[in-house]
Amino acid sequence: MRRSRIITFKINGQDIAAREDETILELARQHDIHIPTLCYLEGVSAFGGCRLCMVEIKGSNRLFPACMTYPDESMEITTNSERLKAYRKQTVELLFSERNHICAVCVSNGSCELQAQAYDLGLTHVQVPYINPNLPVDASHAYFGLDHNRCILCTRCVRVCDEVEGAHTWDVMGRGAEARIVADLNQPWGDSLSCTSCGKCVQVCPTGALFEKGTSVAEMRKKHEFLPYLRLMREGRDGGEE
Amino acid sequence: MSKATMATVWLDGCSGCHMSFLDIDERLITVAELAELVYSPLVDNKVFPEMVDVTLVEGAVSNEDDYEKIKKVRAHTKILVSLGDCAVTANVPGMRNPFKPEALLNRAYLENADANQHIPVQVIPPLRKMSVPVHQIVKVDVFVPGCPPSADTIFYVVTELLAGRMPDLTGKTRFGA
Ligand code: SF4
Ligand code: SF4
Ligand code: SF4
Ligand code: FES
Repeated sequence: MRRSRIITFKINGQDIAAREDETILELARQHDIHIPTLCYLEGVSAFGGCRLCMVEIKGSNRLFPACMTYPDESMEITTNSERLKAYRKQTVELLFSERNHICAVCVSNGSCELQAQAYDLGLTHVQVPYINPNLPVDASHAYFGLDHNRCILCTRCVRVCDEVEGAHTWDVMGRGAEARIVADLNQPWGDSLSCTSCGKCVQVCPTGALFEKGTSVAEMRKKHEFLPYLRLMREGRDGGEE
Repeated sequence: MSKATMATVWLDGCSGCHMSFLDIDERLITVAELAELVYSPLVDNKVFPEMVDVTLVEGAVSNEDDYEKIKKVRAHTKILVSLGDCAVTANVPGMRNPFKPEALLNRAYLENADANQHIPVQVIPPLRKMSVPVHQIVKVDVFVPGCPPSADTIFYVVTELLAGRMPDLTGKTRFGA
């Protein structure tokens, strides 16, 4: 059952009236209030994994992921405090330290969402030591590649392949720092029987982890504008449920 | 007051950051008016002076020579600047870090060598276990990411520092720029 009462609340002191079945992130975007995100992707379900969209809600010491939290009547939400900025910077810093991000030689240099977040947050260096894990590149697929060195485990690829393409080729194996994106039963992508080679995962990947073969440094441009349209068209066809 | 002093140091980098520094072109004259370049691969002086106001460091700390050099430079510098991604993140030199130095030396000097296969032990300084950012070895005061940072960014950083101000790099340069 969908709730759709109209409620009023505040974001950064600004009064907002909205249906209560939209998340704080969606409502903030509708009102041009910027909240940084990495795992959120319009057109697939929310995941709440990257923790970049954390916001403060008056009366609670906890932080809440804007992409997963619905507003309540009279709620007072803050999206840009110094504390939040510091946490976001730290989050991005840790993402850089966990894998091997060499922007200068990356296919996505100049168009990468992780790199852009670092730039926006004024992250000029990573204070914690780099982990330097020894990670493979899966180049077994005929058209695409997966470089684990650049993966931030946002699971956009997993969700789009499952929810939009219906193939569910990707999943996450292992936990914490050991977690990896795997194709089918942890086999080379090129051997996957479920993959239709549609390329959706490549286009929605925010980093240079998934890329088209044959692209060189800074040449990969991702196009995920197709997603919301695809959803809209399908909703129309299914008689507008959802 | 005597003129400010400036130095540049080249560790494990490709010299691209130094090239970008030279790319500030005729503004080099402005920099030369503000400070004297007392030590650099671009000038003759072979000994690092007693105290330098601003030192720009290009490159990661990869071998024992880099390590000794940066310790010394830090001790004789007021404001130390990590210039470029290799100094700031270890960048391309750091791509070897998932592997052991012995494996690298074997690959470069034995497996891939057509003739005269042997690992050099003289003249070339020994590799350290990891190639690391400068700030993992010594305190760094200013970070200028970029591969390389643009000439405009370098000119801005240098002139701000020589004017006694801390440069604000927000929106000016990024990793890989
Ligand atoms: S994925 Fe993004 S952050 Fe990582 S190396 Fe590539 S451009 Fe840099
Ligand atoms: S190419 Fe399409 S089917 Fe194959 S893994 Fe990516 S999204 Fe799934
Ligand atoms: S491969 Fe790309 S889309 Fe998939 S989890 Fe990694 S970063 Fe996200
Ligand atoms: S965008 Fe909300 S947790 Fe990633």
